[in-house]
Amino acid sequence: MSAFLTVNNLSAALHGYEQRVLRSVSFSIDTGEVLGLVGESGAGKSMIGKAILGILPTAIEIVEGEILLGGQDLQKMKPADRRRLIGATAALIPQDPLTALNPSRRIEPQITNRLVDILGWTKADARLRAMELLNEVHIDNPERVMASYPHELSGGMRQRVLIASAFAANPKLVIADEPTTALDVTVQKQILRLIRDLQARHSTAMVFVTHDLGVVSKVCQRLSVLYGGKIVENSSIPDFFAGPKHAYSRALLAATPKYTDPDASLLPVDEAVIEAVAAEVLESDKEWRHGG
Amino acid sequence: MKLLRAILVRLMTMSVTLIGAAVVVFFVIRVVPGNPIAMMLPPGATEDDIARLTALYGLDKSIIEQFWIWLSGVVQGDFGTSISLRQPVMPLVLGRLPATLELAIFALVIAVVIGGALALTGVRHRETRTETAVDVANGVGLSIPDFLWALILIVLFGVLMPVFHISGRISPSLDLPFVTQFYVFESVARLRFDLWWDLLKHMFMPALALAIPLAAIISQLLKQSLKETMHLDYVTLARTKGYGENHVILSEALPNAVLPTLTLIGVQFTFLIGGTVIIERLFSYEGLGNMAIDAVINRDLPLIQGIVIVFALLFTLINLAVDMMYALLNPRLRHA
Ligand SMILES: Nc1ncnc2c1ncn2[C@@H]1O[C@H](COP(=O)(O)OP(=O)(O)OP(=O)(O)O)[C@@H](O)[C@H]1O
Ligand SMILES: [Mg+2]
Repeated sequence: MSAFLTVNNLSAALHGYEQRVLRSVSFSIDTGEVLGLVGESGAGKSMIGKAILGILPTAIEIVEGEILLGGQDLQKMKPADRRRLIGATAALIPQDPLTALNPSRRIEPQITNRLVDILGWTKADARLRAMELLNEVHIDNPERVMASYPHELSGGMRQRVLIASAFAANPKLVIADEPTTALDVTVQKQILRLIRDLQARHSTAMVFVTHDLGVVSKVCQRLSVLYGGKIVENSSIPDFFAGPKHAYSRALLAATPKYTDPDASLLPVDEAVIEAVAAEVLESDKEWRHGG
Repeated sequence: MKLLRAILVRLMTMSVTLIGAAVVVFFVIRVVPGNPIAMMLPPGATEDDIARLTALYGLDKSIIEQFWIWLSGVVQGDFGTSISLRQPVMPLVLGRLPATLELAIFALVIAVVIGGALALTGVRHRETRTETAVDVANGVGLSIPDFLWALILIVLFGVLMPVFHISGRISPSLDLPFVTQFYVFESVARLRFDLWWDLLKHMFMPALALAIPLAAIISQLLKQSLKETMHLDYVTLARTKGYGENHVILSEALPNAVLPTLTLIGVQFTFLIGGTVIIERLFSYEGLGNMAIDAVINRDLPLIQGIVIVFALLFTLINLAVDMMYALLNPRLRHA
């Protein structure tokens, strides 16, 4: 099976700065596969998703590397073509359902607009598809929800809507950026199951961003551990939980509460390990500068 | 029920505002020195003449008594008789109001179009020299008041490049078929575009002078709130769906960013109407503002009172319209 998404040696930096935000990131995902992306806050997890989807902040630019989506090199495409390709084949499940829906528009057009405007469906077809998807995310009265404004729905409902919207166009790649962090614990589990079910049913390639290793073990087949914008470890799930290769990964795993004792508090990662991995990341910057 | 209460509260505040304006203007203009009767009589008038006329207009009575007489008239729709023009106040005021309304609305349209276009251009090209240019334009627009813009425009388009008329509302040589005082609207309704064009050539400069500072305010606030909106998650999400910059600005950001601007336009529009007083004078435009200045010069107390009441009513109606529009455009309030 060939990879649907390949990220090769991707580096991004603040415009005009030497320090990189993403440091020679490489990974690939097959169709139907889920890759977990873990790392502490600020590690660059969201930045990778944004780079793929072409929504990096204006101040940050890709300085090297390539992103291949369905075999096409995004960097080499015209911006308008790239936008359309991403819109047609990829989708984002955002982190915060409260801010990811437009407050002044009803739900229906927010699900169907991509189908109609970008993919050229008829309004009626798009509407049927939206109903179908809302059923798939277990919304009982799709008609009423589609006629609602975002403020009339709960956080969990909004995230269901956003998931339905993400899967509406049969995307080949879904990027889920901490899709459950903003929800309360009981809803988190349901939403997680929904995403996994939809992903499995549609054989979608998925990047699953999280800082929860427990979730990773349930949803993903492989994972990449990120520190300071650099991938320090790529492993399959069984290998990782059997014994992480990198010292930082080991510390991260040790800091995660065990399933046998889920209420135990998160332990801080050992200072020495942090210093070591930080030094390693900076070292890679030197090599990069000399090479390029 | 909620709506009914909101309407009631609204009507109450409107009445209080109007009564307040009536009381304040009535007493203030009587405290300010100046005798309206002396203004209307020729220099050789005797003490007797003055006393007779003063009694005729009821100005010999106490202020409280005068107020009571005036108020009982107003309640019945009688605003008294203009001292300088010797005609009933209300027909005079209502005859001039349409000219001012047309001027103010035209100015508002210009301000919204220019301000909106500047804001959208600035956001479309944000963080570039184009945005800097928009900021400079806003700064210039804001730092020069409307009456100075009027003088600048008169020099530019009245004297150096005389393409617009600098005085009056319509060319006096024209035959007017109008039955209402809303000349611009009526000329369009009658398909008399020759008259319409002549009216616009007269209105253009005063309207532009009133519009420029407002355009700058609109542009500044709208651009700011558009820029803030452009960072929000739902705008970013729309980008990932394949939409380009123009669509994202116009369909996703604008409907939300426009709400705070709308409230501001309401407040500023009342200021703009206040500005018509001086601008109409500068351009000899026969509107209510111009009449107000004459009334003050002549100490024409009943006329001043009538004009102030009409302006106050206008302001409260504008505020009402803005609030209603806001509720209509904001889904959060629409369902409340
Ligand atoms: N608009 C921006 N301009 C400059 N730097 C930014 C910007 N946004 C993020 N960064 C930097 O990029 C780095 C990666 O941020 P990113 O949002 O990818 O972190 P993350 O791993 O998703 O963290 P979290 O778990 O908190 O979401 C951070 O160090 C952050 O400071
Ligand atoms: Mg993030």
